[in-house]
Amino acid sequence: MSLRTISVAIFTAALYCCVFTGCSNLTSHAAVKAEKDRHVAPDFTLKDAVGKPVKLSDYRGKVVLLNFWATWCGPCKIEIPWFIDFQQSFKDRDFAVLGVSLDDDGWKAVKPYVDEHKINYRVVIGTEELSQLYGGIDALPTTFIIDRGGRIATKHEGLVSKGEYQNEILDLLDGKSLPKSAAVARGVPAFFWAK
Amino acid sequence: MAKAGSTVEAKLTVELRNGYHCNSDKPSDEYLIPLKLTWAPGVLEAVDIAYPKPNLEKYSFSDKPLSVYTGDFEIVTKFKVPATAAAGPAILTAKLRYQACTDRMCLPPKTVDVSLPVEVVH
Repeated sequence: MSLRTISVAIFTAALYCCVFTGCSNLTSHAAVKAEKDRHVAPDFTLKDAVGKPVKLSDYRGKVVLLNFWATWCGPCKIEIPWFIDFQQSFKDRDFAVLGVSLDDDGWKAVKPYVDEHKINYRVVIGTEELSQLYGGIDALPTTFIIDRGGRIATKHEGLVSKGEYQNEILDLLDGKSLPKSAAVARGVPAFFWAK
Repeated sequence: MAKAGSTVEAKLTVELRNGYHCNSDKPSDEYLIPLKLTWAPGVLEAVDIAYPKPNLEKYSFSDKPLSVYTGDFEIVTKFKVPATAAAGPAILTAKLRYQACTDRMCLPPKTVDVSLPVEVVH
């Protein structure tokens, strides 16, 4: 029997879409946005690992680090220990980390990972709807830091340094960029309000 | 063209953009999503799928080298053409699942459709 070779070069639009064009400009980066430039973080309610609802707006008044990740994402796993550290270090300062996993296998994949790595913050399984609410999550990790007023102060796509996150969190915790509305509600003197 | 009763090969060429890698068909970690080509049943029977030899690459986000593909590579499928295969044109279809990353971020896993037109002759 002869062996015949059919050479087929197959390029599909989908294969090109993300791999060849990169889907988005992935140079992450953001200093904390001026208060006037921040948009309200879309609210959502999803269940955590023990079935309790996690509603983003319940965290109003806190600084929230909202991290989109997945168990198959290597760079995400570098950041998770930092977030564990932040959750522990800043928990008494009105701060919380929320993890949103985009694992297709859901809790089957995520729960063992959460347990194995002793993740100390709440994790939910994200949906396509949630991804679209946040502008379409093209790459992981994608992390938003949300101010006390529930507005997105920074967004990072891709791996960022721990120091950069920490500086941004402290900026928001220390009220340097405190939104006026939240400042008034908390009785912060006028000269601390963000301009 | 595929002669009934013979064996033929098809090569699927994949091109990855510079800076990206995808996991090989046998990734280093159970959490990683492997590259996988799956042919649907058709007029030809896929009897073997040969993936290229992967590279072991070290990335900043991983403690150990990862088994990955980079650049251009080929996946070769060997098909058996049944002696009783109906003569004439046909389309073989497959799905290619992959998941690509750079050294800083990962794109979601994707499944793309592959189609291979063939002609069976007797």
